[in-house]
Amino acid sequence: MEAVLEYALYLAILVILAVPLGIYIKKLMKGEHTFLSPLLNPCERAVYKLLRIDSEKEMSVKQYIISLLIFSVFGFVFLFLLQLLQGILPFNPQGLSGVKWDLAFNTTASFITNTNWQAYTGESTLSYLTQSLGLTVQNFLSSATGIAVLFALIRGFTRVKTDTVGNFWTDITRILVHLLIPLNIIISLILVGGGVIQNISPAKALPLLEPIAVSADGEIIENAVIDVEANTVTLNGSKIEGAQIVTEQFVPMGPCASQVAPKQSGTNGGGFMGVNSAHPLENPNPFTNIVEMISILLIPAALCFTFGSAIKNKKQGIAIFMAMFICLGIALSVIAVNEQIGTPQLSQSGNVDISSEMQSGGNMEGKETRFGITASSTWAAFTTAASNGSVNAMHDSLTPISGMVTMLLMQLGEVIFGGVGCGLYGMLAFAILTVFIAGLMVGRTPEFLGKKIEPFEMKWAVIVSLATPVAILIGSGIAVMLPEITDSISNSGAHGFSQVLYAFSSCGGNNGSAFAGFNANTVFLNITLGLIMLFARFIPIIGILKIAGSMANKKRIATTAGTLSTTNAMFVFLLIFIVLLVGALSFFPALALGPIAEFLETMV
Amino acid sequence: MSQNDKKGFTDSKMFIRAIKDSFIKLSPKTQSKNPVMLLVYISAIMTTLLWIVSLFGIKDVDSGYTLAIAVILWFTVLFANFAEAIAEGRGKAQADALRASKKDVQARKLSSENERENVTLVSSATLKKGDIVIVSAGEMIPSDGEIIVGAASVDESAITGESAPVIREAGGDKSAVTGGTTVLSDEIIVSVTNNPGESFLDKMISMVEGAARKKTPNEIALQIFLIALSIIFILVTLSLYTYSAFSAQQKGIENPTSVTTLVALLVCLAPTTIGALLSAIGIAGMSRLNKSNVLAMSGRAIEAAGDVDILMLDKTGTITLGNRSATEFIPVSGVDVKELARTAQLSSLADETPEGRSVVILAKEKFDIREVTLTDKNVKFIPFTATTRMSGIDYDGDEIRKGAADSIKKYITENGGEYPAECDSIVKEIASKGGTPLVVAKNKKVQGVIYLKDIIKQGVKEKFADLRKMGIKTIMITGDNPLTAAAIAAEAGVDDFLAEATPEGKLAMIRDYQSKGHLVAMTGDGTNDAPALAQADVAVAMNSGTQAAKEAGNMVDLDSSPTKLIDIVRIGKQLLMTRGSLTTFSIANDVAKYFAIIPALFTGLYPGLSALNIMGLQSPQSAVLSAIIYNALIIIALIPLALKGVKYREITAGKLLSRNLLIYGVGGLIAPFIFIKLIDMLLVVMGVC
Repeated sequence: MEAVLEYALYLAILVILAVPLGIYIKKLMKGEHTFLSPLLNPCERAVYKLLRIDSEKEMSVKQYIISLLIFSVFGFVFLFLLQLLQGILPFNPQGLSGVKWDLAFNTTASFITNTNWQAYTGESTLSYLTQSLGLTVQNFLSSATGIAVLFALIRGFTRVKTDTVGNFWTDITRILVHLLIPLNIIISLILVGGGVIQNISPAKALPLLEPIAVSADGEIIENAVIDVEANTVTLNGSKIEGAQIVTEQFVPMGPCASQVAPKQSGTNGGGFMGVNSAHPLENPNPFTNIVEMISILLIPAALCFTFGSAIKNKKQGIAIFMAMFICLGIALSVIAVNEQIGTPQLSQSGNVDISSEMQSGGNMEGKETRFGITASSTWAAFTTAASNGSVNAMHDSLTPISGMVTMLLMQLGEVIFGGVGCGLYGMLAFAILTVFIAGLMVGRTPEFLGKKIEPFEMKWAVIVSLATPVAILIGSGIAVMLPEITDSISNSGAHGFSQVLYAFSSCGGNNGSAFAGFNANTVFLNITLGLIMLFARFIPIIGILKIAGSMANKKRIATTAGTLSTTNAMFVFLLIFIVLLVGALSFFPALALGPIAEFLETMV
Repeated sequence: MSQNDKKGFTDSKMFIRAIKDSFIKLSPKTQSKNPVMLLVYISAIMTTLLWIVSLFGIKDVDSGYTLAIAVILWFTVLFANFAEAIAEGRGKAQADALRASKKDVQARKLSSENERENVTLVSSATLKKGDIVIVSAGEMIPSDGEIIVGAASVDESAITGESAPVIREAGGDKSAVTGGTTVLSDEIIVSVTNNPGESFLDKMISMVEGAARKKTPNEIALQIFLIALSIIFILVTLSLYTYSAFSAQQKGIENPTSVTTLVALLVCLAPTTIGALLSAIGIAGMSRLNKSNVLAMSGRAIEAAGDVDILMLDKTGTITLGNRSATEFIPVSGVDVKELARTAQLSSLADETPEGRSVVILAKEKFDIREVTLTDKNVKFIPFTATTRMSGIDYDGDEIRKGAADSIKKYITENGGEYPAECDSIVKEIASKGGTPLVVAKNKKVQGVIYLKDIIKQGVKEKFADLRKMGIKTIMITGDNPLTAAAIAAEAGVDDFLAEATPEGKLAMIRDYQSKGHLVAMTGDGTNDAPALAQADVAVAMNSGTQAAKEAGNMVDLDSSPTKLIDIVRIGKQLLMTRGSLTTFSIANDVAKYFAIIPALFTGLYPGLSALNIMGLQSPQSAVLSAIIYNALIIIALIPLALKGVKYREITAGKLLSRNLLIYGVGGLIAPFIFIKLIDMLLVVMGVC
């Protein structure tokens, strides 16, 4: 019961914060006055002056797309070179060498596309310069790009018979100056206050409270008797040769909080540490956990209200929000219940106490004791619903059905809130598919928000909606044919297949979270997953902008009693149904061979 | 186009022709026009090849099974062809009848309209635009044209199916004649308006035949969606093969997935139901329109009819019966009402207009006043003239006059009589109620007023209320003054009206509504209607109208009936609804098909997956066969629905959606579970599996 209250609390905080933020974002999109304008407008103007941007100049869709692509290509080249050259660049106290080309390509693609798939371990691969000037900057820019595309689409819906959809540079500047930078300063400060580290000192070696012994091949020897002074290790009375005694531990340091804030709020997900927000210095306690967790969905949820407010149809924003919220609620419930009851194997021998009396209980494998089932399940749902990808527990260790839910959330194309901007515009593409079918059933050619859906919109809407399934199916279909894939997976059978499927779903959905236990740092995987991320990001962006341009050019059809309502419960239900149907039809066979088979096998 | 006679005969003939056409349509060229069915076609060829090579021992599955799948796939393709052929059948029959009337005749060509004697005989097929021909009684009009001299009664039954002749005359709005129709009386000189091969009859033949049928934007959009789904399913089945190989290798067993089964899965998942019926639905919609004697110039126009939310309806004939009738006698100055009725009847005895007859009838019905026979009395009829604007009778020494209020007033005051003020107020009141007052005077004294009323057609008010529920506004177009128009509009329950309508007024009103985002439909016949017709989104020109009107409209109503607009909207909506409902049904079906095929594919790998076999199908092979047989049979089962269209109701969009979703969405989820299970049981009983 308490757990239910806790889940409800998380969701309630989210909604309470999202509504005013949504209205704020609408104001900044339109350049209206906000309470921060006196402070931020001069900064905005300074940027325009510095970069010689004519902020009032409207762009055609073609110009908007070209600007966006130039912006992304420039970011790509910069980040790629930064990684290759980090060995000879400053702020590298660990003396880390340049990143290998395939990994650098993968990481660059990953951060440019707001995916933040990490085939590397941050603390041992990237210098502080790469982390802050490369990754943190991309955390801001890739999120801003997603929101800018959404702005263009909103203008497409609201404008009538025009050829322009706004100015890309103005949009990016406003999003950064008025939203992402101030918001993340606030979140960073809260996190630092909560105990997340923020420094530029090199990693430290600190004494362990109790020494541990490792064998010659690096395995920890359990129950060993350690004599530090004599430097001997004995197990069950017999001395172990070649064993080493470890008395100090490696403690990573660095500018962590400032990267964690945009990582969470910009649905990026790329952790400062390899184990992401499960690491005690990146996410030390329940307080920082709740801040980081709410940050994941804050902007994606707020944008629904921005949308409603900007198209002067608040109900429409609420309807889209409800569709996402209901899906999230269902996903969260399924994960929560499955993690709580665990699996028959966990409970049968009695070795694992899965009761929740006086403890968090349930399936605690892969979870941090300081978070427990509730906070870990909520995070798992939030991070895969949004295309965030940060984790505070290892998804590899989720029960099969929970694992399937996280995978499905990504396979749906990251439209259940999804990434900042891209989640909502992806959902709107699904809304176009929904009105197309439902609209016909009321005896009219389909229209959405007063604009007719014709072959051009339909073509791009299906491309946007199906880019993710196509990328995942092709990528994983090829991957499993390669003999070396078996070296990357740490389990055989259905779970091994799930690991592959998860990796491709994560990249295809631009999520970036990992099923731990999958070694993705191979040349083949770095290249294919990198390409998949780029495909699943930029094809939909181009599609959405094309739709925006065509919509802006259309006249608006009057609403009558014969018009299909897109704000009522029926539409919300239909939208959910279409999203789930496309997802289910595309992935049912794959899921049957992975988590469903795993689940059913545990039942026998 | 008399479709209803000889129905049984044509039906069986049509059926045989459709079966023949199903095989003709197997040519790759025809198949490539429908991408979804092309996929099935290729699958059928592929499985056939698999069966052939399996006979030589190269196989991953029993060759009898591959053969069975191949045969079912061929049937699926044939069923889809049949659906299209049967939909085209009706059109082809109509086209044949039309072709028969398109005979090559000898035309008498004139060098100019003034030189009637200078005639050259030419073949009608050689007539060009601008040629002038003379046509006499008994001759067939050689080509479409405009009458420039004369008037004639014309038999247009070849086009309209209506046997009553119509009058066509030079000048005015009834000057257009159609090639292939016959002049019954008189002689006319016609200026040809079309070049060979472009005549109305030619257009009509290619329209009903479907030859000129282009895919509409909505059809294209839907097809894009279906192609996208098909591509996804191709990827699903391809990746499934590698997933399955991977899983099998992990388990150390042989890949249990055969190519044949994968092809079957692909065809099951692809939206074949809607893919097979899509073009049949479109053709059937066109055919339904033709059946109500409306000819659409494009499929797009029918779809636009579904979107229309403003109907501009002519008052006369659509909202009101053609003519006004007397409904009340209102006496003045203490005159007995029966006396007034008698006078009124006498005044109208010689008045052969419908209004005049209605006065006689009202007097008879209400006061039982018999029509007097006037032959032997001293009677003088006073006909209506433009100068007096009165009519009447001098009978038995009484001078009885009837006319509009102002003309009677003039008549009385000029003769020194007194026109009562009471009469003035009655006249005003009638006008404000939308009626027409006629004042009756006897011996230069006003007796009372006849109340002539526009009779609203029965049921129109309810019809308009239904249309309003669907979000369609009705606008009455009338030449009446605003006061009268307002009263009739209120009584008929239309949403708006245009009084004292002029062509410019109509055009302005259409533009105004369109600028607010509405789609407007209207009917028109005269040349001066052409601009408004060209502006309207759905413009129905009367066949009796001028050539200009017909060219400006995107539909032609062969019956020239003003109420057609409502039928056209219904047909348009029904067409779109059918398309949407069958798409929903088709996609919803996939859920059950997955539950049939996935366990069949994978229980060998993971026995636990047999839990997904919720239908309890006998064996993997019977499961696949049942699913694919269902997939083929459902096409045949839905052909009648595709041809007839889903049931149409005038209810709000929300209610329509819930209704159709319940029937075709939920139905589409459940139906295949039941039927696949039944087919599976049948296969077991027959010992096939």
